[in-house]
Amino acid sequence: MRLVLIGLVAGFFSALFGVGGGIVIVPLLLFCGWDSRAATATSLAAIGITAVSGVIAYAIHGDVNVGYAALVGLPAAVSVAGATALQQRLQTRTIELCFAAFILAVAVWLFVK
Amino acid sequence: MTYALAIALGLVAGVLAGMFGIGGGLLFVPTLIALGLGHHEALGTSLLAIIPTVLVGTWRQARYGNVRWHAAAVLGIAAAAAAQGGVALAVSLPDATLRRLFAGLLVLVAAQIAWRARQRES
Repeated sequence: MRLVLIGLVAGFFSALFGVGGGIVIVPLLLFCGWDSRAATATSLAAIGITAVSGVIAYAIHGDVNVGYAALVGLPAAVSVAGATALQQRLQTRTIELCFAAFILAVAVWLFVK
Repeated sequence: MTYALAIALGLVAGVLAGMFGIGGGLLFVPTLIALGLGHHEALGTSLLAIIPTVLVGTWRQARYGNVRWHAAAVLGIAAAAAAQGGVALAVSLPDATLRRLFAGLLVLVAAQIAWRARQRES
């Protein structure tokens, strides 16, 4: 039952923002006592189903550009495979703070654009 | 040049998706807007770009036995239904409103990541 609620919130959020929904699913699963690897992995599988549903709905409105999706999506599919191994070896705290600063900058750009 | 940047940002998005368990969409949407797509088109296109990323990610994680398939199906099907509502709301909102909402989301995520990094330190 809790999973259904988490799914409903994540799906709405995912479609509204064009993101996977993992930023909703992962923290909520952790809150329910899941360990982080199972939460991340299960979230990925769930996102696959959600994204298909969102894509169909946006495609009906003519808002899906297949060429651009391939342009950013295929390189990401390649690098995601290596990222898990990378995670074990790097000092993640520095990367996390750099990443936080970077997306703050992106947020400012979107605000003023 | 723009295409090279798009591919580079795609690679970065994949790394972040693998390392932090957050969707690549967080970077796909701003990248697509930088490429000149409107916000609605960026959202739909981002969701399509997410699919190959999560397929590969899920495949890798499944090999480690980390995926709980039953829970994933329950989460995914509930989310797929709710996604229809999210799309309906998104297409009724103007581009500028969606862009500011998305910027607000990025600020929240940045704060969450910074907080998590600080917590681990202490």
